[in-house]
Amino acid sequence: MNDIEKRLLEKLTGLHKMPSGAFNIRKNGTPLARESEKDIEIIPKKKKSGIDIIIKDGVQNKSVHIPVIITVGGLDDLVYNDFYIGENCNVLIVAGCGIHNNTCKTSMHNGIHSFKVGKNSFVKYVEKHVGEGNGSGGKVLNPVTRVTLSEGASMEIETLQLEGVTSTVRKTFAKLYDNAKLKINENILTTLDQTARTDFKVDLLGKNSSVEVVSHSVAKDNSYQIFKSNLVGKNECFGHVECDGIITDNARIVSIPMIDAIDSNASLVHEAAIGKIAGDELVKLMTLGLSKEEAENKIIEGFLIG
Amino acid sequence: MLKITNLNYSVLEKDSKKDILKDINIEFNSGKTYCITGPNGSGKSTLVKIIIGILRQTDGNIVFDGKDISNLEIDQRANLGISFAFQKPVTFKGLKVRDLLDIASGKKNDFSSVCSYLSEVGLCAKDYINRYIDDNLSGGELKRIEIAMALARKCKLNIFDEPEAGIDLWSFDNLTELFSNLKDCCNIIVSHQRKILEMADCIVLLKDGVIEKVGTLSELEPYLQKPTCARLAR
Ligand SMILES: Nc1ncnc2c1ncn2[C@@H]1O[C@H](COP(=O)(O)OP(=O)(O)OP(=O)(O)O)[C@@H](O)[C@H]1O
Ligand SMILES: [Mg+2]
Repeated sequence: MNDIEKRLLEKLTGLHKMPSGAFNIRKNGTPLARESEKDIEIIPKKKKSGIDIIIKDGVQNKSVHIPVIITVGGLDDLVYNDFYIGENCNVLIVAGCGIHNNTCKTSMHNGIHSFKVGKNSFVKYVEKHVGEGNGSGGKVLNPVTRVTLSEGASMEIETLQLEGVTSTVRKTFAKLYDNAKLKINENILTTLDQTARTDFKVDLLGKNSSVEVVSHSVAKDNSYQIFKSNLVGKNECFGHVECDGIITDNARIVSIPMIDAIDSNASLVHEAAIGKIAGDELVKLMTLGLSKEEAENKIIEGFLIG
Repeated sequence: MLKITNLNYSVLEKDSKKDILKDINIEFNSGKTYCITGPNGSGKSTLVKIIIGILRQTDGNIVFDGKDISNLEIDQRANLGISFAFQKPVTFKGLKVRDLLDIASGKKNDFSSVCSYLSEVGLCAKDYINRYIDDNLSGGELKRIEIAMALARKCKLNIFDEPEAGIDLWSFDNLTELFSNLKDCCNIIVSHQRKILEMADCIVLLKDGVIEKVGTLSELEPYLQKPTCARLAR
């Protein structure tokens, strides 16, 4: 791997070297490296591009890394990754895509992920998106995530997209059965003329199922974001969506809530707040000696990364 | 060290002008602790916010260390050596105690130096270093962290707006001791508390936006007895 590839990989996984445990690295539309382990099997699909990841019952404290890197222009990459996670597991899955495009042709990655999570398992899913390179060609990322949580299963999804991605449409669908818990933290920064669209649809089917979505987004310059969420409560369940946006310059963020408590015992809430950086936060940091610009950057950094 | 001359502050309320501070003239000197006191709404917070640049005076000027700072931005004043602890601490979305102490001290602090900042205000670093500065902290905790941040800046001029508000009785003595140990700098403490009035070298009594009297506690005693200030004397 060259330096650009190594750097992209590090941005996605936080690792300087090959991940330990099971992994699959995809580069410019083709598989680059793959490693299964005893209880986690990664099998390439036969009829289309992508992999099946099969995690046996009871696998504890293991990780799977499946980063994708693209370093060429004009590539349209479509990949299907299907996770089958057994019962009583506790696993970390790290995915994401980095595009380094120095050309004038757009490159895009469409990653379609599905997760079938077995009873009482816990999955943490981290997905980072990065765009870089100084060509005029677009860096486009369109992930689709489909989640099914069996009885008592829980999943935490953390997505982060910081700068550089020209356009993104992110779709997430989830079905939750009895006592299943889903937590989603989404953090997005757009600048220049970038656009980001997020769509969540969560069906709360089971008794005591719950979902919590927290979206922190920052839109600068002329960028435009749409956040749409749709919670459907078909049982005694709990759903909470919080969309918190900071806009600067001429940017816009639109939040579209939809909540449907079909069962009268469903309790669903959508909160949205969009506006400029809070004046009192700026003032406080300036009294500590930061310039207005430094203070803005600090506040945005904290808001997105925490 | 800090000289305020002919300072006025007024706001427009409906169509009429409302004078909040009227012809303020005062000088604060290095090595001394001042207490600004006076009834609610007398203009104490307004005055200190003008000194640090959050509010801009209608006219008059402010000279700090021989330099006219009347029209400087907040951060420029802060970097000349003025620190400020807010009456109502600001909360953040996503910044931690550690982040703010790093910003305040202008360096990346290791655990032991964070510990020394926080222990001064009676907090145990390991419980707080990674806490977010948000509403999950209690009012008193926020207030203590606010004071720790101001102290971490190690400034020539420290201004505290009602630092004792919300601090429990047991810790109150530690707080006054902390202030009396701040030597070699100028401290301005806005307060209603007798204990703080007692430790101050000089008291400034503000009423209806006017400085009514400046002097030691014994000189001010008769003024504090007046009905409007009766609760200060208790
Ligand atoms: N923008 C404004 N418009 C109208 N009135 C204002 C404005 N800002 C301040 N005031 C008034 O100015 C007066 C002084 O307020 P300030 O906050 O300085 O009082 P204070 O002495 O700090 O009171 P406290 O002891 O309650 O903290 C108050 O009567 C307040 O209502
Ligand atoms: Mg006040």
